[in-house]
Amino acid sequence: MAKNTLSSRFRKLDIDEFDENKFIDDHDEAVDNQGPDGTEIENLIRIGDTMTAFHLALRNPPLNTKNPAVKERALAIVLRVLTSFKSSDIEPAVKSLDRSGVDLLMKYIYRGFEKPSDNSSAILLQWHEKAFAVGGLGSIVRVLTARKTV
Amino acid sequence: MAYHSFLLEPISCHSWNKDRTQIALCPNNHDVHIYKKDGTKWTKIHELKEHNGQVTGIDWAPESNRIVTCGTDRNAYVWSLKGEVWKPTLVILRINRAARCVSWSPKENKFAVGSGSRLISICYFEQENDWWVCKHIKKPIRSTVLSLDWHPNNVLLAAGSCDFKCRVFSAYIKEVEEKPGPTVWGSKMPFGEVLFESGPSGVSGGAGEGAGGGWVHGVCFSHSGNRLAWTSHDSTVAIAEGGKTSTISSLSSETLPLLCVSFITENSLVAAGHDCYPVLFVYDGTKGSVTFGGKLDVPKQTSQRGISARERFQNLDRRATSSETTEQGLESLHKNSISQISVLEGGKSKCSTFCTTGMDGGMVTWDVKVHTHTLHTHTV
Repeated sequence: MAKNTLSSRFRKLDIDEFDENKFIDDHDEAVDNQGPDGTEIENLIRIGDTMTAFHLALRNPPLNTKNPAVKERALAIVLRVLTSFKSSDIEPAVKSLDRSGVDLLMKYIYRGFEKPSDNSSAILLQWHEKAFAVGGLGSIVRVLTARKTV
Repeated sequence: MAYHSFLLEPISCHSWNKDRTQIALCPNNHDVHIYKKDGTKWTKIHELKEHNGQVTGIDWAPESNRIVTCGTDRNAYVWSLKGEVWKPTLVILRINRAARCVSWSPKENKFAVGSGSRLISICYFEQENDWWVCKHIKKPIRSTVLSLDWHPNNVLLAAGSCDFKCRVFSAYIKEVEEKPGPTVWGSKMPFGEVLFESGPSGVSGGAGEGAGGGWVHGVCFSHSGNRLAWTSHDSTVAIAEGGKTSTISSLSSETLPLLCVSFITENSLVAAGHDCYPVLFVYDGTKGSVTFGGKLDVPKQTSQRGISARERFQNLDRRATSSETTEQGLESLHKNSISQISVLEGGKSKCSTFCTTGMDGGMVTWDVKVHTHTLHTHTV
């Protein structure tokens, strides 16, 4: 056998890294939003002011960061707010958002769907129904095509 | 408004001749069929068989009566009518992926082909060698070019691409034309220069993340060439005005993504896509806003018979709604996505009729006046 078949180190080489036409995704880490403030929102939920907690939770979404811990934290806070809503309060809350707010809410709802649990699925489906009534199919398409996910 | 079902297969692309009596279309195979209008009937008069792959783009030059076609076989052919027969001439595009769209320039001395090779081929006829030559625009396109539209000055070209951006390039070929005068998009126009680029790294979007979310399916210059509209796969439609490129007005719509768009006046455009009906959008230049103008489709006349209580509960059981319509299908004329819009009469400044073809194999001609009277649009 020839000598060059002994070493298989060449198999660990990633040939696509050397392609000069390789697509490099220029995702600039712009303004790094750290997600909403957990403690303040907890307080608001405790005193029953879910509407303000809701608006606060949707501010500063961590869209640009690649750090999964920040995203997880933001998601947990938003889900906490969404699950603490009464069914009758959902519709006015959705109506108080503007177009980009509805898109952002849809993104969080679908992130919440990824891990279904007993106390979140039912209320998330109600949120989805109300958000869909306002945002339409377009808002769901924007969740699917978004390059900066929440 | 008339619906004509040409085929059962999707119509991949179509183009009309100058006096709108003949239409060339591709029935989702390797050929191009030319149909001639006989009153209300359509008869097939020619079959253009030369491509080895699906024909993805057809454009019929109105003045010189030449057809250019491009296909997934990486070729383009220019067809000329010699007597009663269309004769093809091969154009070497020098691409290694499928061609996606083709468009004659306004003066018909060159045409542009967008392809999956991440470049645009600008082809022009070289007299001394008697063949078509092409030049490439490569930078900074990162993905397939899906749609093209020429500016009326015959030099600028708008391209929508799968890298989520819409750009305006200069396609100035010094062999066939003189130096163009300045426009609102810029004054220096060497070949391949990018005069405008949409998207997050270039310019900020109008409505939050309106710009830069999805593949750009359709682009269109307005009649004057001062405005550029494009539709994107994230269900948005956006308009940019040359010169004021720091403001892009975009609208995130509630519909499924729109695949094609065309200006019908300087301030309004019609677009259609996966929702199977055309919609009207109105642009306000002073406020920089795009607003939804309404659906342009005849609503189905549902029979007004009463619905019994039993049927109501049956509907609730079967479909979770107790609505009265037992209509299972779509209420629009087209039964599948609309893939192309072409202006028939009036041009892009005062369009009175336009035509749509789609994946249901049907073609519909729409009358603009009939529909805009029923909508609450402000006068242009």
